[in-house]
Amino acid sequence: MRAFDYAAPKSLKEAIAMLSQKGDRARVLSGGTDLIVQVREKRRDLDLMVDVKKIPELLEIRYDATTGLTLGASVACNRIYEHPVISRTYPGLVDAAFLIGGTQIQNRASLGGNLCNASPAADSIPALIAHRAVCVIAGPKGERELPVEQFCVAPGRNALQPGQLLVSFRIPAPPARFGANYLRFIPRNEMDIAVVGCGASLSLESDLKTVASARVSLGAVAPTPLLVAEAATVLSGRAFSPEAVGKAAEAAQAAARPISDMRGTVDYRRHLVGVLTRRALLKSFERAQEAANAR
Amino acid sequence: MSTTETNPQYKVIGKRPVRHDGVDKVTGRAVYGADVQLPGMLYGKVLRSPHAHARIKSIRTDKALALEGVKAIVTAADLPDSAGRSANLGELGEVPLQHISHNILASGKALYQGHAIAAVAATTSHLAEEALDLIEVEYEVLPPVLEVLQAMQENATLLHDDLFTMELGEKSKRPSNVASHQTFQRGDVKAAFATADHVLEREYRSATVHQGYIEPHAATAVWSTDGHVTLWCTTQGAFSMRTCVHQVLGIAVSKLKVIPTEIGGGFGGKIPAYGEPVAALLARKSRRPVKLVMDRTEVFLATGPTSGSYVKLKMGVKSDGHIVAAEAMLAYEGGAFPGAIVGAGGLCLLAPYKIDNFVIDMYDVVVNKPKTAAYRAPGAPNSEHATEAMIDEFCDLLKMDPLEFRLKNAAKEGDVQANDVRYPRIGCIETLEAARASKHYRSKLTGANRGRGVAAGYWMNAGLTSSVVARLNADGTVTLGEGSTDIGGTRTSVAMQLAESLGIRAEDVIPSVVDTDSVGYTEVTGGSRVTYATGYAAYEAGQALRKQLLEQAGKLWKVEPERVLFEDGVFRDREDATRKISLPELAENLAHRGVDIGSRVTMTPQKAGGAFGVHIADVEVDAETGKVTILRYTAVQDVGKAIHPSYVEGQMQGGVVQGIGWALNEEYVYNSDGRMLNASFLDYRMPTSLDLPMIETIIVEVPNPGHPYGVRGVGEVPIVPPLATIANAIAHATGVRLYELPMSPPRVVKAMQARAAG
Amino acid sequence: MPDKVRVRATINGEPADFLCEPRQSLLEVLRDELKLTGTKEGCNNGNCGACNVIFNGLLVNSCIVLAVEVDGSTVGTIEGVMKPEGLHPLQIAFLENAALQCGICTPGFILSAKSLLDHKPRATEAEIRHWCAGNLCRCTGYDKIVRAVLDAETRLEAK
Repeated sequence: MRAFDYAAPKSLKEAIAMLSQKGDRARVLSGGTDLIVQVREKRRDLDLMVDVKKIPELLEIRYDATTGLTLGASVACNRIYEHPVISRTYPGLVDAAFLIGGTQIQNRASLGGNLCNASPAADSIPALIAHRAVCVIAGPKGERELPVEQFCVAPGRNALQPGQLLVSFRIPAPPARFGANYLRFIPRNEMDIAVVGCGASLSLESDLKTVASARVSLGAVAPTPLLVAEAATVLSGRAFSPEAVGKAAEAAQAAARPISDMRGTVDYRRHLVGVLTRRALLKSFERAQEAANAR
Repeated sequence: MSTTETNPQYKVIGKRPVRHDGVDKVTGRAVYGADVQLPGMLYGKVLRSPHAHARIKSIRTDKALALEGVKAIVTAADLPDSAGRSANLGELGEVPLQHISHNILASGKALYQGHAIAAVAATTSHLAEEALDLIEVEYEVLPPVLEVLQAMQENATLLHDDLFTMELGEKSKRPSNVASHQTFQRGDVKAAFATADHVLEREYRSATVHQGYIEPHAATAVWSTDGHVTLWCTTQGAFSMRTCVHQVLGIAVSKLKVIPTEIGGGFGGKIPAYGEPVAALLARKSRRPVKLVMDRTEVFLATGPTSGSYVKLKMGVKSDGHIVAAEAMLAYEGGAFPGAIVGAGGLCLLAPYKIDNFVIDMYDVVVNKPKTAAYRAPGAPNSEHATEAMIDEFCDLLKMDPLEFRLKNAAKEGDVQANDVRYPRIGCIETLEAARASKHYRSKLTGANRGRGVAAGYWMNAGLTSSVVARLNADGTVTLGEGSTDIGGTRTSVAMQLAESLGIRAEDVIPSVVDTDSVGYTEVTGGSRVTYATGYAAYEAGQALRKQLLEQAGKLWKVEPERVLFEDGVFRDREDATRKISLPELAENLAHRGVDIGSRVTMTPQKAGGAFGVHIADVEVDAETGKVTILRYTAVQDVGKAIHPSYVEGQMQGGVVQGIGWALNEEYVYNSDGRMLNASFLDYRMPTSLDLPMIETIIVEVPNPGHPYGVRGVGEVPIVPPLATIANAIAHATGVRLYELPMSPPRVVKAMQARAAG
Repeated sequence: MPDKVRVRATINGEPADFLCEPRQSLLEVLRDELKLTGTKEGCNNGNCGACNVIFNGLLVNSCIVLAVEVDGSTVGTIEGVMKPEGLHPLQIAFLENAALQCGICTPGFILSAKSLLDHKPRATEAEIRHWCAGNLCRCTGYDKIVRAVLDAETRLEAK
């Protein structure tokens, strides 16, 4: 590897100062599962790694039934799916956290790192979008918020300005009768990058059949993860039915702009978008009903 | 369970002792290639060609040499000239030395992406890596040739202007990418096809796949001032490595000692030399020990995957299932230099069956990919995949049970193989019958999108030369030096054979794998030969020790050795019940008196005994995504005699899983420039524990008359049947036949969609 | 040459104090500086598990942890699995069940399985396979490894 310096600031202020000073020659080190590999393979060049895992705000998990979940950007996946409240309340996030990598990767990789890496195929991003997550960003000029679906701007590029870092996610408390699911297609059963990923969520009216709200998000089929607004439109206010699901799947296929690469062709990916959207919506529906009946 | 376990006729053989090197391996103490550490050691790194095909115009190393910490840089210029010289590679025969030397360090041309151009030794591995960036190479990029049929065409770009096609002993007039054309034939295929009731003709394709051992190659070299070279390396054959390296470096064989370290998998891929001569050259130039370890990308790009292949097969059968004729064309990629193991592919193609009329044409073809090496039954999976898949199509046509069809045509002792050699005692029929009687085969498979497939397979197994050296210790144990490197637990199965032969316990043998100065010549660990040939040598050593001990006990009691009985660790006088001495007591007595009891055996047993496997797989296919899940898998195999059943089962299971990976997901993906896109475990997809069920094994024992305990090689057979087993299972689950490997999800979906479209 | 950083950590229960460059991975430092060669390199990018160690109680791929990150932390390697009294039941189970052939993946698997059983003493076959999906083995086909872990559960329960 090319030589670089390492710093482990203990506060946000310190971290922001370092990042401002070094600009794009510095990069935040969270779990390192992407960054260290990229530097080793010469896909990224830097002078300074800023390890943010000693900054309290990046590691906290706070839940409140009204304001929802504050999830530090560097919280490792294993803390996410082992957390009793998160696993009950945010099933899509749990799905994603449990799928990324493998046990060893999950003990280090974070959703913040996954998002900032901005791979079009990132597993956590469609799940975050399905849960309406918002990014809390801090920088030299203060804090700002940005919905996750606006955070990735191009493959490998995110919306952070020089000196800024992603501090945490603010994920609203889900409404009643809510279910979510993240699914991906990979050729093996683990350890692969998603060929197509789909994060879906929906909430039901008290009749447990009519969809009150829905979200469908896709990964690996466009330069950035997609929020498919049309799929939500097609589902909201209607009874959940195979026809409605079929229409949502078609909307998702229409929104997808996949490319052909060694992991999949355009045709195969578009086909899978339909399959996964249907399956993710069905699972979300199942979970929404379970959530309703559990209460 | 092996039959030996249920019917014990031996004291040691057939039992499952803990392997002798086990504790070191579960505690991290065992020294593998990359674990070697010597004082003053430098780290080596190799600069590799980014181009699949290019002329090397110049190499400038001055900037790299100027980097602090860099102690030496070498290129092909540091190797002696290899033009016109032959290398004798033991079991691999004689090849032009150039083909070896120029693969180790490119000369004149880079012939594949990853081809070694230069190497650096520096005080840290990071500095060595930095130095690589400072080496300036000027290339003239040439069009790459990436596929075997493309390479065979008249007007194809040539890789070598001095490579001619060898055919029937004659060289072609013009250079070619086809290095050789061989043929096996018998009878009259044309007439025989005319008598067939059904004829099928199909084309089968397999991509380049890698052995996938988890440990990258590592070599550490010391070149002392008196010209003696010591090499620690992850080799499957210390002697073959010594032979190769001394010829490549142009030094006397006696000046080179090869110490095989523990090895983290090989499967044939750690037979050739890669970094070993390079580490030696760097050690000579820098005058310090040099360790050269590959990283995973280098392993994919620049070691020896197996041949991508094209097999065209035509077979004719009668309505009663009798195979009357077969015609095949096998074109295998040798990679950048000739040496595709297509002959073995041709020999095994029809091996499980008695077919009187056939023509098999075999072509060894070069392409701009890494030079291929052996991968577990090399050549056979590619060819037998075709036969076994086509037989399944015939079974569908004839509505015949696939095992009954095979039994009807099964080869047996006395039948003649493709190379005109008669089969000795073999277990093809017994293996098929065991599969037919298995719980798995008799169980019903129900459920949508599910199917069952079966396939057979054969591998010839090798004999070749093996040596051991055994010595009795003062406490009655026996130290056993084995010439065979141990990739999978063979040091124990070899030790068990000495123990059985001598009449002691397995725990009382202390086996180790020794270097080239410490034991007689031993051919590579490959060809499934170690338990057979090195085991045979250990058996002979045991017999020799036994003889010496009986003599010594006799001398002690002043009686003829015939009067001495050795049983359960005790020597007795048959005619005097009061006279007895335990082995430890006798050993101590002999040690005190300076009487050495030892044996040195070098032998080349001739009757290795080929073996057959029959596999059964139940799969479920996700009709929407094309993903194949293995529900249940059983491997049935004739092993002759299972010395250590656990390791026999392990060989079977490991071969099965490599075959499953090959069948479903493994392939080298290239772009049009000939660059590999998936040179990492992320996208070169080998099965993980989550992708598999337990692998059931059924051991069949048809003893090999060519070995005192009946051993047949077991390691390679199990990779042969899985390709067709899975293909046939998918066909039964979906109604769709796939002819190209791997049968990855997009291909399954595409085939199903095509069928639905009609 | 870049400046080295001083790192103090507890490795296998013993204090370790060493210098390293930030670009050196934990794997590299364990093997080359601390001479703990039991942890292996298989791929150097987090895809095979041969480099597994326990870092602050969690199973990680040491090839993608920087050595400087372990300052003030605890690290457990294969060398620390065996206790003075003898082999860990997992190690015994691996030996008795012939769960290794070439043995290169074995240290990684033992740490991975130990981490699982410390967490979940009665893991099912499916849970073992899922947990160990990041540990590649090319020799065994995983069958005997999974059986060894199940066997180890019984041995640990008996203790």
